Amino acid sequence: MARSIHTFSIPSSTRFLEDVRRFVEMHAVEADLPEAIVEQFKLAVDEACTNVIEHAYGGDETKKVDLAVIIDNDRFTVRIRDKGTPFNRTTYTEPNLLEFAKRGKSGGFGVHIMRRLMDRVEYRTRGQTNEVLLTKYRIVSNANGDDTGMA
Amino acid sequence: MSSFSVGFRSSGVVQILELNGELDAHTASELEAAIQKCQSDKQYHIIVNGENLQYISSAGLGVFMAYIEEVRDEGGDIKIAALRPKVYNVFDLLGFPMLFDIMETEAEALQKFTDGAS
Repeated sequence: MARSIHTFSIPSSTRFLEDVRRFVEMHAVEADLPEAIVEQFKLAVDEACTNVIEHAYGGDETKKVDLAVIIDNDRFTVRIRDKGTPFNRTTYTEPNLLEFAKRGKSGGFGVHIMRRLMDRVEYRTRGQTNEVLLTKYRIVSNANGDDTGMA
Repeated sequence: MSSFSVGFRSSGVVQILELNGELDAHTASELEAAIQKCQSDKQYHIIVNGENLQYISSAGLGVFMAYIEEVRDEGGDIKIAALRPKVYNVFDLLGFPMLFDIMETEAEALQKFTDGAS
């Protein structure tokens, strides 16, 4: 199967998160991903887009978030691009649930969720464009050529 | 746009919040408003019934995190009940069962309040 790419753009507003989830779900189902993996992609992409909307663009709804679903034989990837403030990996620390509850802190789980659910999470910045790539690998087909799902 | 609503019901002194639809960064403010309403009504024994909750992201989970200590400081609790497996998986992913009572049914959550084990 040749690589296929499907693109979708939204204004930078949480109003469109449901549309993002429907877009990801449609292509993940078409790519025959198991239902549990489809749910994982919906959540990971939702978290990535929420971070772009709230942090990279700081709530500026005039900006745009660009998504691409990239389907290869051996992997399923969703790419999220923005032109806002890049995610600073050097200041990121893993969330501590008990500590967060004590402080009444409501955010900061998105990156943790993406890392837990995906096989690979990559951040890149090229010029003004930031992108995050969320990838899961498919299990290699067996001798009969049957695809046995995702890793 | 994400569709989400909160229904209010009570059983004795326990306020039950019925969540419907998809809870994400856009709709989390509605759950926040519901919990704030409980607080302003001085109802601190809260059960969140997730039977009709189709989806939750970390923004939704964050609402529980933001209010749990305040509610417990008032002698109450937020107990979570009847989650669908795919929604429970998200709570579990972040370790919520360590911090919250998550029961299979609303009746079990009510019983837990009745037993005084809030």
